[in-house]
Amino acid sequence: MSKILAIRLMRLVVTVIVVSFVTFVGTNVLPGDPVNALIPIDAQQDREFVEQIREEWGLNDPMIVRYGRWLGNAVQGDLGRSLVTGQPVTDEITHRLPITLELMAVAVGFSLLIAVPLGAFTGYREGRRSDRLISGLAQAGLSLPVFVTGLILIYVFALRLHWFPAVGWNRLSDGLGPNLKSVALPALSLAVTEIAVYTRVLRSDVIATLKEDYILSARAKGLTDRFILFRHGLRPSLLTLVTVVGLNIGFLIGGSLVIEYLFAIPGLGKRLFSAIQQRDFMMVQAITVLITVFYVIVNTITDLVYMVVDPRIRRTS
Amino acid sequence: MSSPSSVTAVGGSATEEEPSASSVGRVSRVLRAFAKMPWLTKLCCLWLMVVILAAALADLIPGLADPNYQGFVFGNGNTNEGPTASHWLGTDNVSRDILARLIYGARVSLIFAFSLAAVGIIVGGTLGSIAGYFRGLLETFLMALVDTWLSFPALIGLVFITTMLGMRNLVVLVLVGAMFIWPSYTRIARATALSVSGQAFVTAARAIGTSRKRILVREIFPNVLPALLAYSLVGLPVLIILESTLSFLGLGVEIPTASWGGMINQARQDLLINIWPAVWPAVTLFMTVYSFNNLADWVRKQAAARSAAI
Repeated sequence: MSKILAIRLMRLVVTVIVVSFVTFVGTNVLPGDPVNALIPIDAQQDREFVEQIREEWGLNDPMIVRYGRWLGNAVQGDLGRSLVTGQPVTDEITHRLPITLELMAVAVGFSLLIAVPLGAFTGYREGRRSDRLISGLAQAGLSLPVFVTGLILIYVFALRLHWFPAVGWNRLSDGLGPNLKSVALPALSLAVTEIAVYTRVLRSDVIATLKEDYILSARAKGLTDRFILFRHGLRPSLLTLVTVVGLNIGFLIGGSLVIEYLFAIPGLGKRLFSAIQQRDFMMVQAITVLITVFYVIVNTITDLVYMVVDPRIRRTS
Repeated sequence: MSSPSSVTAVGGSATEEEPSASSVGRVSRVLRAFAKMPWLTKLCCLWLMVVILAAALADLIPGLADPNYQGFVFGNGNTNEGPTASHWLGTDNVSRDILARLIYGARVSLIFAFSLAAVGIIVGGTLGSIAGYFRGLLETFLMALVDTWLSFPALIGLVFITTMLGMRNLVVLVLVGAMFIWPSYTRIARATALSVSGQAFVTAARAIGTSRKRILVREIFPNVLPALLAYSLVGLPVLIILESTLSFLGLGVEIPTASWGGMINQARQDLLINIWPAVWPAVTLFMTVYSFNNLADWVRKQAAARSAAI
């Protein structure tokens, strides 16, 4: 077990280094000079001034030296200063990260709340009319792009019914009510796809589980269908669900970028978007690495949870 | 583009017992498969045919308006028109014909999706087959690369590169997308190649002295292909959503080129004034993605039923 953990940790470190390096190279190779982000356009003609700024920010050093310096600082928790605002990047990230995390957590929580009963039910009623209806709806939900779902929700619940704000964000410090109101529509937009994915996965898993011998023996003992479904059928299937939730985090991150753009939410995704447009390379680098680290950590944890909970995998690996 | 033929290929792999079927036999097999479909899947197939044909023949459709023509003259009020005889689906907020933009937008979506699927099959199929058959250090290295690559959220990377490049025509988009499409195909190809390599016919080919290169080309790759085709059918709707999302973010093909996501993005400012310029592309997008998903599900069910029968 500890050996597996060590291997996974090593892979995590390697991935982070590779991704940060690729991003770094990317920002340097692709067109767009970071100096343009640093100084106003009229000052860019002044060669001497430009050189001075380049020297000051260390932009004249070879790329590998700059990367080494960045990595050395990053390990110590210093991700540099924004090229646009001059503020430490970490400050802005800690300010915005909670918003994105809340959005994603509410979306996943809500999805599980809906998808677990739906998946168990449709798996139990395989082939019946109710299963066909719900599975059909899940397929439709899977076919809705996140931004279309978001627009529909904005149109109906914000523009027409005025139940929720169409754009913007209220922090938790502004009170729970306003906060929940501003998270509702964005999280729901993200959740529609997730519900569809989770339901389908859980359904097919439950169907397979219900064909196992121990279900038959539970039935022979005279246990009720409901007891069998939830205690014997659902529990092993939840494992797969955990993995899928973990694997889907990548999709959720991309989705929250789109949703933050659509709902004008000042989260990490929206900041990344504007940082890319402003050529604020420090910010881009930091956020990209953070997202990758998050993604890889979630996947690692998912795998480990899977191993801990399911003794069969623990023994064979 | 080659959707009918890729569908043919998937359907074709369904009945492997007649590999050298004539094209007539192939067509009749597709028709037979079509007849077996549930009505909803049939509808989906028909819709996809309509979209693909319209996109392919857009320039030849008589009477179709120029998608970028703005009939707007100040004060004459033909922006945000409802359906008329000359504009079947009405006009958008700068008085362009919505139907024409839908059809030309389909072209962007389909070319993007099919090209990337082709890139995935060719590049991923080759790399994965080589890794799965030759094994060794190359495989270890390649798979480590694939794993690392897959841990990078693709949408972030796409947004990053497309913004930095500044120039965004369809070719550039496909090339950038190609950077992110090959790892998943490589993974599937390698897994399939691994299991194929263990089959008796590969051992037999080796026993009669076939070179490893020839085995790779003649035995491994043809057997990896069906798995990749099935996967690409599942991947097509994802790619269409990806293209529309990029366009929606303003990072797809440059305006004024029509794209479904771009149309929705442009129309979303005026939802309360005129919702139709957003509704039509959204519905078209949804129906197309749904049709691909539905068809892919049907193909998967057929394959599962077949393997269960064996």
